[in-house]
Amino acid sequence: MKTLLTILTLACSTTFLPAADAAKEGQQVPKLAQLLPGASLPNMAGKVMLVDFWASWCGPCKASFPVLNRLQEKYAAKGLVIIGVGVDDDAAKYKEFAAKMGAKFSLAHDSDHKAAAFFNPPSMPTSYITDRKGVIRHVHTGFRGAKTEAEYVTEIEALLAEH
Amino acid sequence: MKFPVLILSLALPALSACSTQLERVKPYERGILAMPVMSNNLDPLQKAMTEHAYFSREASFGGGGVGGGGCGCN
Repeated sequence: MKTLLTILTLACSTTFLPAADAAKEGQQVPKLAQLLPGASLPNMAGKVMLVDFWASWCGPCKASFPVLNRLQEKYAAKGLVIIGVGVDDDAAKYKEFAAKMGAKFSLAHDSDHKAAAFFNPPSMPTSYITDRKGVIRHVHTGFRGAKTEAEYVTEIEALLAEH
Repeated sequence: MKFPVLILSLALPALSACSTQLERVKPYERGILAMPVMSNNLDPLQKAMTEHAYFSREASFGGGGVGGGGCGCN
């Protein structure tokens, strides 16, 4: 009877566990074109990539856009690609927010949450910085203004220097 | 069939069906929860008035706070 109870408890506890498969440092990112079908993405081969998950209803995401614009202006020529992935359910809200923020980097609408399901961002916004080989090297959860910007700059410069 | 096996075969599907009820909303799915209409404090004036009425009515139990007792004269 004791064994039976153990088996039962174990079986049920595993079914209750949330899926803990968020993308982590050291993980290879699959081709984004597969995760974001229909999006017009730039050439990412051999480039340092910053994938940022945002939504129109998320306040810190709004604050992160000017910073991402600055990074794009400064590092795009050196080999950085920024992709802002919008996870809004409503396509109209995604478009409205994208137009209002004036993003200078590529944007993609993850309408069916395929990319979000792969990366499984633990908060909004979450950004992933990959090296030139497409391996995730840094994960940023949330956005803390100048602090996050300084971290972005240090990490991106280090990754751009790698060959 | 042995009795424990019978229990197991009945209880497992029944209990694992509960797990679908416990599915958590992912951070990227919280668009509806973030709507202003979902806010706890949609109308600050109405909330203040409701709280005041509640506090006065339930003052003998400490009103909306944690303390107990009171004259109810606020």
